[in-house]
Amino acid sequence: MESGQLLIILATAIASATPLVFACIGETITERAGVINLSAEGTIMLCAMVGFVAAKTADNVWLGFLAAAIVGALIALVVAYGAITLKQSQIAIGFVLALLCSDLSAYLGNPYVRIPGPTVPPRFAIPLLQDIPFIGPLFFHEGDVLVYAGYALVGVTWLYFYRTRGGLTLRAIGEQPAAAFARGHNVIALRYAYTVIGGVLMGIAGAAFSLDFKAGWSYRHTAGYGWIALAIVIFGGWNPLRAALGAYLFGVLQSLAGVAQSAIPDVPTQAFTVAPFVLMILALVLTSSDWLDRLLSYLPVNVRRSLARAIHTAPPAALGRPFEQD
Amino acid sequence: MNVELRHIHKHFGSVHANDDVSLTVAAGTIHGLLGENGAGKSTLVKILSGFITRDSGEIVLGGQPAHIQSPADALRYGIGMLHQDPLDFPPLTVIENFMAGSPATPALLNARAAERNFRALCRQFHFDLDPHARVSDLTVGERQQLEIVRLLANGAGTLILDEPTTGISATQKTLLFNALRQLAQEGKSIIFVSHKLEDVEALCDCVTVMRRGRVVGELNLRPYRANGQDAHGPTDQHFEVTARIVEMMFGKELALPVKPTTHQDDVILRLDGLLLRSDRLEMRIEHLAVRRGEVIGIAGLEGSGQQLFLLTCAGLEHPAAGSIHVDGRDLTRKPYSAFLKAGVCYLPADRLRDGLISGLSIQEHVALRMSNKGLFIDRAAAAQEAERAIATFNIRGRPDTAVEQLSGGNQQRTQLALMPSPLNVLLMEHPTRGLDIESTLWVWQQLIARCNQGTAILFASSDLDEIVQYSDRVIVFSGGRISPPIAAAELTADSLGQMIGGRF
Repeated sequence: MESGQLLIILATAIASATPLVFACIGETITERAGVINLSAEGTIMLCAMVGFVAAKTADNVWLGFLAAAIVGALIALVVAYGAITLKQSQIAIGFVLALLCSDLSAYLGNPYVRIPGPTVPPRFAIPLLQDIPFIGPLFFHEGDVLVYAGYALVGVTWLYFYRTRGGLTLRAIGEQPAAAFARGHNVIALRYAYTVIGGVLMGIAGAAFSLDFKAGWSYRHTAGYGWIALAIVIFGGWNPLRAALGAYLFGVLQSLAGVAQSAIPDVPTQAFTVAPFVLMILALVLTSSDWLDRLLSYLPVNVRRSLARAIHTAPPAALGRPFEQD
Repeated sequence: MNVELRHIHKHFGSVHANDDVSLTVAAGTIHGLLGENGAGKSTLVKILSGFITRDSGEIVLGGQPAHIQSPADALRYGIGMLHQDPLDFPPLTVIENFMAGSPATPALLNARAAERNFRALCRQFHFDLDPHARVSDLTVGERQQLEIVRLLANGAGTLILDEPTTGISATQKTLLFNALRQLAQEGKSIIFVSHKLEDVEALCDCVTVMRRGRVVGELNLRPYRANGQDAHGPTDQHFEVTARIVEMMFGKELALPVKPTTHQDDVILRLDGLLLRSDRLEMRIEHLAVRRGEVIGIAGLEGSGQQLFLLTCAGLEHPAAGSIHVDGRDLTRKPYSAFLKAGVCYLPADRLRDGLISGLSIQEHVALRMSNKGLFIDRAAAAQEAERAIATFNIRGRPDTAVEQLSGGNQQRTQLALMPSPLNVLLMEHPTRGLDIESTLWVWQQLIARCNQGTAILFASSDLDEIVQYSDRVIVFSGGRISPPIAAAELTADSLGQMIGGRF
């Protein structure tokens, strides 16, 4: 295989990871605020269906995204109400919603299975950036508007997290809500807001599947992506950059599985469908295990410190725990 | 700014945590708020800082009534509080903590400007903090320093410190005290909440003593300080002020001993040349021999080493030197199981954390204790045993009641019911804390019955009445020293107060 061809395969793989990037960033934001939205699997699937149906009915792809975002926000609102106001188990609420929404998508979406619908406008290259050797063809050649929005989302989220007052507060309420409350923040309102924002992004992720990267609707159209998004957020250490990297890596693994399948046709196709999930978990476990630490110990101290910080990530201390105000 | 709290009331369920409490703190002074655990100090300052909403009463700041219902309100009035467990964000860096929640922080973070400001404030108080370290890597003392600097940067004019000297080093304490003095000189009001008498005496201009939710006395410390400052070591004046404060803390009159004589002649617990060491304390006991049936009361301000002493006697901590003999056998540096086998039992103060297991029922506790070799629990036997314990110990609960649903008194009864028999040495912390009078009397009846069977009891309590009523002999812990045992009958409120203050 010549190198140009490989670049195109990789570029397509990176682009195809876009819905997962949206979902991972959404979940990262929600979890950083201290709430687990475990309904990702159901939210993505239901929103994929709703997005497709809305876009098809209105014959406008962007209205589909809008509808999906609203449904994602509503599901997140249910999670927030149960978790923050009723102080119930976030795991239980999220899990039930995940199952409920997947089944709902199958039931409500039945009339729309396997029919053509509108899709996101075709791909375009970004001038100037596409001319950068290697990087250009890889990232700025094969994308459409969603792919580039995904890059922007990752960058903006990172900036927001680490360079703004709002982001500092977001990290604070997920770590020590009592301390944030002591500093005069409205922890409950902020948690609601960030849960809903996370839901909107997950909704967009769903529509990104049905209107773009896996266009159309079928029974359990996006099965598995919600769970892998949750895993990527955890192994990504609740850092938007690392979560996005994880999502892109998954995309690449999936397309490599496709390549491998055509190369060795004797192996059953199911093995290649499952392989990316298994490989992803392996890769994530490896990067979060302590062999990296041992590697780090050979580096100079100042490099080591900043690298160790990037690698060592504990979950937000108050993740999944309701905030009790005296 | 002058801070005034007027007629504050606060109930938690049936507990009257603040009962008509009034407190005035003058601008430019350090005001001590002293009292044992549970006296209502923390409740009062949390009301002032907006963490707890009061039932009734008024807060007046600089002559104007203030409406404080939340921490955000208190911050607007310039009231900042340092909590006992620092309320900060451990995974974030020092400078991020400094910026978080500050009104001066711009929407787009400017870490450099914040760092300049931070370094300037640190220099002012000689705090040595690395702005880029993670807060989780800091000591409690350093986290305190960070909080002080942060509150000042946010324009706090009134600073509340809740038990700030717990868990910090001597150097950090000196730094803290110097900083607080400097701030008072700048005209800020400082409220220093503590149960440590020596810290209050060393630092405060004025002290208010609280007991059982009420203010029981106030004392201006300035006249005493002015004379005694240069003197080396404690002076008579120092003892005078200590005696007065201790009197306020514990009351003037002591109850009369009520315990019948139960001790026998043979020694059951013998300590020789015992040296106890923890991070902050070092204590020595030359010789203590406790006889069967005897009750030794341990008095002293909380945190003077009573717990370490009891843990050592129980075999849960090892002494740095010296020996422990139980019933004639040398148990020094032997494992806890050897102490258990020798009939030593320890009942901790925190019943639900260290004593009982939340979530398990009375019956399951009984089953845990029963020696059972098989794989399965003998449910019938456990149920029978639990019923018997409930009946004899008058526990208000059923065998399947989870222990955390029992009242404090019934939890203590359950602990007593679970004690092994025969028992040689029983070690207890605050055996009747939080219990009503009926339960208290009942608990002591049971304990005295044990004494009659030959059990020796050593117990620590912050209730001096309890100590005098039920002990044969009393030892006093004060500032790392342990007094020789004194017969309870010979004690007076005055002599005990002086001993707690360190004069023996």
